[in-house]
Amino acid sequence: MSTRSVVPFGPQHPVLPEPIHLDLVLEDETVVEAIPSIGFIHRGLEKLVEQRDFQDYVYVAERICGICSFMHGMGYCESVEHIMDIEVPDRAKYLRTIWCEFSRLHSHLLWLGLLADAFGFESLFMHSWRLREKILDMFEISTGGRLIFSVNKVGGVRKDMDSDMLHQFETTLVDMEKDMRELTKTFLNDYSVKTRLKGIGILSKQEAFDLGAAGPFMRASGIALDNRKLGYAAYGNLDFEPIISNECDCYARCYVRTQELFQSVDLIRQAIAKIPAGEISAPVKGFPKGEYFMRVEQPRGEGLYYVKGNGTKFLDRVRVRTPTFANLPAMLKTLKGAQLADVPILILTIDPCISCTER
Amino acid sequence: MSKLKRSPWIIHYDGSSCNGCDIEVLASLTPLYDAERFGVINTGNPKHADIFLVTGGINAQNESVVRQIYEQMPKPKVVVAVGICAYNGGIFKDCYNILGGVDKVIPVDIYVPGCAARPQAIIDGIIQATELLEQKQMEYERTEKHQKKGSDNT
Repeated sequence: MSTRSVVPFGPQHPVLPEPIHLDLVLEDETVVEAIPSIGFIHRGLEKLVEQRDFQDYVYVAERICGICSFMHGMGYCESVEHIMDIEVPDRAKYLRTIWCEFSRLHSHLLWLGLLADAFGFESLFMHSWRLREKILDMFEISTGGRLIFSVNKVGGVRKDMDSDMLHQFETTLVDMEKDMRELTKTFLNDYSVKTRLKGIGILSKQEAFDLGAAGPFMRASGIALDNRKLGYAAYGNLDFEPIISNECDCYARCYVRTQELFQSVDLIRQAIAKIPAGEISAPVKGFPKGEYFMRVEQPRGEGLYYVKGNGTKFLDRVRVRTPTFANLPAMLKTLKGAQLADVPILILTIDPCISCTER
Repeated sequence: MSKLKRSPWIIHYDGSSCNGCDIEVLASLTPLYDAERFGVINTGNPKHADIFLVTGGINAQNESVVRQIYEQMPKPKVVVAVGICAYNGGIFKDCYNILGGVDKVIPVDIYVPGCAARPQAIIDGIIQATELLEQKQMEYERTEKHQKKGSDNT
């Protein structure tokens, strides 16, 4: 038996902008075991709910994570709305859907860029991020912020999009779709990309199910589960099917995410076509009393929100379970037996969001 | 802006931020904002870096990491705190696990405002840092020379 050695990975590592620490136990070049230690970004913001008004807490909920900030805000708002029986106007629901899909587009393009960077394809990284800026521009036009929008509130949304703006977004998306097709072609057909992704990090359907994986990571193992099918916001009125792949490797995860880009564009188009006129927010009276579980589909997978109110303006408890947390056990499974050089790619394919996980 | 003589390298560490400022730091290096036109480049190795960009506040777990990265960087060095959380903890100031801003642990030279900080602001911070680095370099050379002379005489 060859000698074992331990290589520390992180917390400060060039491949990830965020800190995660792994102790990689190696036998020659092969990873035998990966021991994670987390807590570098723990802030304790769930506890902050006891000091903030339930309507002000939306700002804190948005800052759970800067990438899917809109979905965190929405998940929290919808839970409170359910407790308080607030009927959100249809237009607000559609606006939320559009912003959600924008978030997904920007998150997936960001991930594709980071993946390209992880296997050393610098120009592909730059192209993905150049495309992502167009999404951020649309966010800025419609909400005023690039990453943190503060556009959600309990009872609806703060800002409306007029028909000119929606039309402008539609034309921008047509241009973007062309560029995204080019990008996808390189990601899926390029010889060097394929050699780095095909057959790496196999996670079978049964394993994905047993370990409770979530999101595109799970769908790449052949499980067709998508929380958007639950019909929160306006997803119930839109037509789409979860995208899956049966190849179970890193290439499949890349495939699923690239296809979800086009799915998101399609969903935005449907939402723009169907959006009704009317109010964008409902009045809020009283304080929440009761509890509610809410599940949303974030770019990385299932996000779960638990909110408990006690009839005062301060909530008792907010609990968030984020997709990266659900994906960590499955990630550790794929790391076992992998080559050291593939470790950054394997960590990236779950699309880790550490600040969500540790809050 | 005076002419830049050197090409400083930057290192980025995410303290306990929400990710917003981190991806803006990365975005400021990509083609649209392109901080690399000023000669800076992102590196993962503290021993190669001249400018330290920190985002987010300090908590019990990452305190030692930030200090270690700072100590591993060669002199002269400049620290840029990006975003309001790196200044005093921002919206998370009252959280039980936040000790405060980056200046609790290491000396900070430049603060970049914003939540999340915009790429333009980050680039402005980087440029100010390069100018400050130039000054620090001159000072450093002067004191080094002085010290060497002193040791020759004895």
